[in-house]
Amino acid sequence: MSLKAFHIVFIIFSTLLALGTGVWCIWVDLVEGAPIYLAGAIASVAAAIALIVYGVWFYRKMKRLRIIT
Amino acid sequence: MEIPYTISTRPDTGLWNAKVGIWLFLASEVMLFGGLFSAYIFLRLDAPPGIWPHGLLNVPVGTMNTAILILSSVTVVLAWASLKMRRYRAYWWYMLATISCGVIFLVVKLAYEWPQKFDHFGAYIKPEALGKYEQYLGNEYAAAKGLPPRLEITGHLHNRAALNDPKIKEYEVALDPLNAEPTNPAMDRPHFFPLPVTDKIATIEKEDVERATMFLPTHSAYFASYFTITGLHGMHVLGGVLVFIYMWLPVSKKLYQRNPEHLANRVEVSGLFWHFVDLIWIFVFPLFYLL
Repeated sequence: MSLKAFHIVFIIFSTLLALGTGVWCIWVDLVEGAPIYLAGAIASVAAAIALIVYGVWFYRKMKRLRIIT
Repeated sequence: MEIPYTISTRPDTGLWNAKVGIWLFLASEVMLFGGLFSAYIFLRLDAPPGIWPHGLLNVPVGTMNTAILILSSVTVVLAWASLKMRRYRAYWWYMLATISCGVIFLVVKLAYEWPQKFDHFGAYIKPEALGKYEQYLGNEYAAAKGLPPRLEITGHLHNRAALNDPKIKEYEVALDPLNAEPTNPAMDRPHFFPLPVTDKIATIEKEDVERATMFLPTHSAYFASYFTITGLHGMHVLGGVLVFIYMWLPVSKKLYQRNPEHLANRVEVSGLFWHFVDLIWIFVFPLFYLL
């Protein structure tokens, strides 16, 4: 497996972590009712979206540049 | 003598040698960390209710460190891509960013997170003495609310000499909020944003204590696992940073001028290692900080 492929796998896991952290924040917010966790959930989901956008950009760029076939 | 297959691929494997080597190494690393993660999960599953510490780590700091490591993976892959495009200047900057991220991660871990734990104290009270410290433990309240029993009093140890001096018969502890106000409903759940130690001082007699220690690996299976896994992970981060520093120094520019593809392959191999180390953290963070 090349670095490019491993990087995409890594970004997928990072995205899942960000989504998981968001779910965890929502769960803690429901239990504790602390708004800071709601902010954490929003930030986590935003991070997940940013990672997806980056992953797609990275894949397309590597494909366009033909750095790795 | 020239080492073969550092740039061109071997006919039998279809890969250059270092790539085969790094994947064999990473396979052994999977077994190493896999064993440690399995041990942690089984220890936790087997722990009696109320014993396993939860909410003792600083989640905002851990989240920041996670973001730093993810960012470092992005910069290292961009450094490699820059070399592939023969843009050495861009490579140099991306590599510097990667090194900086690694150093920041280590500094936060070793100069902030760990020392905070080393400075925190916990005393497990003997079962027969739990009633004596009810005002700090609130077990009647916990039982009424269906919460797990509280067996430990934690906080900042004022007379640290008491840990080693048998002549000192008691511990003086500035209590954590949970033990200062054990019947406050806000303390029913762990706090992932750390609360400061209170001004309330408790005196705990040594003869009532089953086990007393700072938050070190000796404190509990939780902290033994935490320090083992994060320590081993930190050593991997340090190793990666040292390799990156070597590849960032002028000595690598000579290799680049001689054969840029050779340097690109070296960066790819070290980048694979770095991604693996970061991937380990992706599992460490939720296991230790959140769940």
